[in-house]
Amino acid sequence: MSVPDMVEPLLKVAGLQAWYGESHVLHGIDFEIGRGELVTLLGRNGAGKTTTLRSIMGIVGKRTGSVKFEGRETVGQQSNIIARLGLAYCPEERGIFSSLNVEENLMLPPVVKPGGMSLEEIYKLFPNLLERRRSQGTKLSGGEQQMLAIGRILRTGASLLLLDEPTEGLAPVIVQRIGDIIRTLKERGFTILLVEQNFHFAATVADRHYVVEDGRVIDMVGKADVQQSLGKLQAYLGV
Amino acid sequence: MKPSQIALVVALAASLVAPFFAYPVFLMTALCFALFAGAFNLLLGYAGLMSFGHAMFFGMAAYFFGHVVKAWGLPPELGLLAGVLGAAALGLVTGALAIRRQGIYFAMITLAFAQMVYFLCVQMPFTHGEDGLQGIERRALLGGLIPITDDRVLYYVVLAIFLFGYFCIYRFIHSPFGQVLKAIRDNEPRAVSLGYEADRYKLLAFVLSAALSGLAGATKAMVLQFATLTDVSAGQSGEVVLMALVGGLGTITGPIVGAFIIITMQNYLASFGEFVLVIQGAIFVVIVMAFRKGLVGEIADWWKSRGKKAG
Amino acid sequence: MFDFLGISPPALFGQMLLGLINGAFYAMLSLGLAVIFGLLNVINFTHGAQYMMGAFAAWLLLGIFNVPFWAALVLAPIIVGLIGVAIERLMLKRIYHLDHLYGFLLTFGLSLVIEGMFRWQWGSSGAPYPSPIPGGYNLGFMFLPTYRGFVVVAALVICLVTWYAIERTRLGAYLRAATENPTLVRAFGINVPRLITITYGVGVGLAALAGVLAAPIQQVSALMGTNLVLVVFAVVVIGGMGSIMGSIVTGFGLGLIEGMTKVFYPPASNTVIFVVMALVLLVKPAGLFGQTK
Repeated sequence: MSVPDMVEPLLKVAGLQAWYGESHVLHGIDFEIGRGELVTLLGRNGAGKTTTLRSIMGIVGKRTGSVKFEGRETVGQQSNIIARLGLAYCPEERGIFSSLNVEENLMLPPVVKPGGMSLEEIYKLFPNLLERRRSQGTKLSGGEQQMLAIGRILRTGASLLLLDEPTEGLAPVIVQRIGDIIRTLKERGFTILLVEQNFHFAATVADRHYVVEDGRVIDMVGKADVQQSLGKLQAYLGV
Repeated sequence: MKPSQIALVVALAASLVAPFFAYPVFLMTALCFALFAGAFNLLLGYAGLMSFGHAMFFGMAAYFFGHVVKAWGLPPELGLLAGVLGAAALGLVTGALAIRRQGIYFAMITLAFAQMVYFLCVQMPFTHGEDGLQGIERRALLGGLIPITDDRVLYYVVLAIFLFGYFCIYRFIHSPFGQVLKAIRDNEPRAVSLGYEADRYKLLAFVLSAALSGLAGATKAMVLQFATLTDVSAGQSGEVVLMALVGGLGTITGPIVGAFIIITMQNYLASFGEFVLVIQGAIFVVIVMAFRKGLVGEIADWWKSRGKKAG
Repeated sequence: MFDFLGISPPALFGQMLLGLINGAFYAMLSLGLAVIFGLLNVINFTHGAQYMMGAFAAWLLLGIFNVPFWAALVLAPIIVGLIGVAIERLMLKRIYHLDHLYGFLLTFGLSLVIEGMFRWQWGSSGAPYPSPIPGGYNLGFMFLPTYRGFVVVAALVICLVTWYAIERTRLGAYLRAATENPTLVRAFGINVPRLITITYGVGVGLAALAGVLAAPIQQVSALMGTNLVLVVFAVVVIGGMGSIMGSIVTGFGLGLIEGMTKVFYPPASNTVIFVVMALVLLVKPAGLFGQTK
């Protein structure tokens, strides 16, 4: 159910619970990610996947349990401290700033650790962003905004990327492009936690899949077992 | 009987005998401001609109009263009517414009309009500028039947006006109109989707609040026999906010308590001159930081929590 | 030279200059208010009192420590800005989660406290402050006091520098992004609470800077702030708080309009800005440069 022994996971979540105000959304999330892995959180709408990402990032108000990054406990920390440890977040709504142009959006997240990509490298990965660098951030198409949202966290030197539904609402051609980009990032050594509703997309990139239901992790399926487990996975996702 | 009903009866009884124990002019002044604060609170506590320019209704009504009684020599009833109608008309005009924005912008717009009215009052001949309208006669009411030169007699008249004003507030809050207003305050988009024209309801509340503030202002002119620039000043607007805040927003009795506290405080601190401002400001700060429910609100909360512990 | 509509050129241009000067202060103050409101969602009623404190700081620095105007131009904003930082840290920070109206009330209360203390200590009447560049130039069509010309230029420079800082620098990008989505900006590792504190401090410092510039022109009095801030609110409603350049243009423009009104129809000069506000509300409630937020 976990990472090979003797290697400490990059991220270890245990018993994570979270509340939005009075609403108890996460009832106990447990999973791990090893360095260099790409792991997905699968589940239906409202299962708690996005809340899990937000809780790890420190954005959700009330959380209890344990979230250890590189062995360091972060569950009680403020989000800006967590980010500086080496985590980066690409939200579901993309969060492109309308009062900034494309290049300003790219340059906004500060470098938190050495080893991040340079601006030139990011433009090489996303040439259409280079073309539109002076455009207002929100004037870009959905696909371009998604690439901008991914691109801007690559500069920071963060080693763990949290991507929330990067393919949502995008045309199949763009989805493929994003898949290529994510595979490239994995090759470069980024560790990625991916939230996806599109299971077929997730299956093409991930090492392991965790299934989230009602604020809990109820199953884990490794890459090798995906074919056999298709039936039960489809049942989980209500497809 | 419920404790609140008992308290009401006690308060009414106390108000009837009060002029024999306290200086009537002080009581009447406090009642006028209590009505003013209640009118303000109607808008803020029940319609969710904070006006920072309510002095324009209070002060203009005072001027209208003074002008009708002193310059035109008419009986005080007409003066009061002039004050109420004048304030209501001003409320209609300013409200229609102010309601176009919400929240903080609404407050700033009302503040700006009040400043405009202030500047107009400085210049308009009928207000007598810096001197104001002084020495407004206390003519008898009801064609000579009720002489009000005696403070005690006037007290009961003012008490009647005050009770009438609060009766209006009470009836409005508990009417279907008031319910809709509360719904708009709590969730405007929902109320609009249900078919209610939110702006109309808000404007009505605004005009009513203005009219009652006018009643308070005209009555104040009747009691204290003057109307000056202070009555239309930004300081006066701020003061009524303070009274409502101190007493407790969204409670009916809060503004009354708040008004009495602030008026009493002003009396005691009159010798300190400008320092009163510092204290008022400090009270604002303390309340916002720590006692947002105001005196009546906090006591009501404490009473409820006691009930829970015992039960 | 010829008269214009019965007004002599010196009177006309003299009033225009006065209008420009008033406009300069409207612009500087509404700029500070807009920046603070954008990020903190608080209408800083204390802005007027902080402007007044800037003028008083210059006056006290001169009177007690013999610090000249040019040094006060630097010191006063720093002193008052630090007081602003204290206000934000100790009080404003604790009420961000509440309805914005509470911020308004808090800053209103603070303005009463500050103004009350200054009035209590120094009374309401004003004290003069010597002009650092006395004298002027006779331009033929008008007489231009050198200091007043300097104030207009200085104000323009300050406004443009502020605009540049916000629209063209990295820190400005942080500010603009945090105004839009503070949670996300913080999740990128930027200390947004500290950014907020700094922004408030700078906004307050800007008000104080305006106060220092105002000292030689008008009497330094405890009341100078409130009188001004109430008009600035109208300016801000007219301009809308959506754009920095919008605030600057609106401020200068309204100052000119006010000046012109003083020439051609003096009784309305006090109220013309409010009348404009009423008109703008009828036609474009979000303000000339505003976006409905």
